[in-house]
Amino acid sequence: MRIGLLHSLIRKEEKLLIDAFRARSIEPVLIDDRKLIFSPGSDVFHLDALLERCINHSRALHALRLFESAGVRCINTSQVALVCGDKLLTTDALNRHGVPQPRVKIAFTEASALAAIEELGYPVVLKPAVGSWGRLLAKVNDRDAAEAILEHKTILGSYHHSIFYIQEYIEKQGRDIRSFVIGDECVAAIYRSSDHWITNTARGGVAENCPVTDELRDISLRAARAVGGGIVAIDLFETNAGYLVNEVNYTMEFKNSIETTGVDIPARIVDYVIRVAEGGGHG
Amino acid sequence: MSFTANCPICDAAIHLAADTIQGELLECPECGTELEVMSTEPIQLQEAPQEEEDWGE
Repeated sequence: MRIGLLHSLIRKEEKLLIDAFRARSIEPVLIDDRKLIFSPGSDVFHLDALLERCINHSRALHALRLFESAGVRCINTSQVALVCGDKLLTTDALNRHGVPQPRVKIAFTEASALAAIEELGYPVVLKPAVGSWGRLLAKVNDRDAAEAILEHKTILGSYHHSIFYIQEYIEKQGRDIRSFVIGDECVAAIYRSSDHWITNTARGGVAENCPVTDELRDISLRAARAVGGGIVAIDLFETNAGYLVNEVNYTMEFKNSIETTGVDIPARIVDYVIRVAEGGGHG
Repeated sequence: MSFTANCPICDAAIHLAADTIQGELLECPECGTELEVMSTEPIQLQEAPQEEEDWGE
């Protein structure tokens, strides 16, 4: 069996995945996205499956599409990368599948974005449609801040900052939840706690195990199916009305969650990739 | 078996595990710089690329 592992830098996660493949007597074919040259239409890859572990969203998305066109089964699919890599498309997919999420407004100009913010009511969170690790998020508490941030984004931001993604601010009592979905299973979850309103572990949030209740499993699997399935990490808020899905991540990081949850996440990922390579369901 | 190399930033000696592979990320124990293993034979280390706008999960 030949399984490709598409990567750029080899982080702790990729090292753990390589070790997990080797534990199953599979030597993964390491494919560095910095060295790839595609010849669309004539590429031939002798791979039974490809596991995408890029750091750059743009490279992941485009490489997945070209591998798929060359007939390679990819995990995740380029469609999942497309939807999860753009918060607007994620919101749309969750809505289409009836998955609860915070209220969101989208606008394309400073004036309409300001009107949208005032319709939602302060505070709101402004997010770049493409971005990760909690970067460039802005909690906007009043009109003065809204005007300043919208002007800064318009003048200083690259073109995709002109798509204003505005989310209601959810008071999350210092923590949120990340659940890990592999195929049709929610294998584990963690609480991420922080004194800061941004709880990403990349920003210093602390991870603790979170029991996977039936309710958490159900919404996690529904969110995963809404974006196209595969291997995804779901970020959720707890509210009095139940869980809300905040974001879905398609190249999940898990190094801080293995000991925390007691679940061998890289082994579970590798087992799923092998099932897909053997022609099994791409849940 | 393990390898030893020097940090290209602060020159500290860095011990690398035998299963170190090309492209792997390391942190210099002395200066904390993130380093990338450019090759394993011979060992060559370089400061890792800076975070880009579309990096993430």
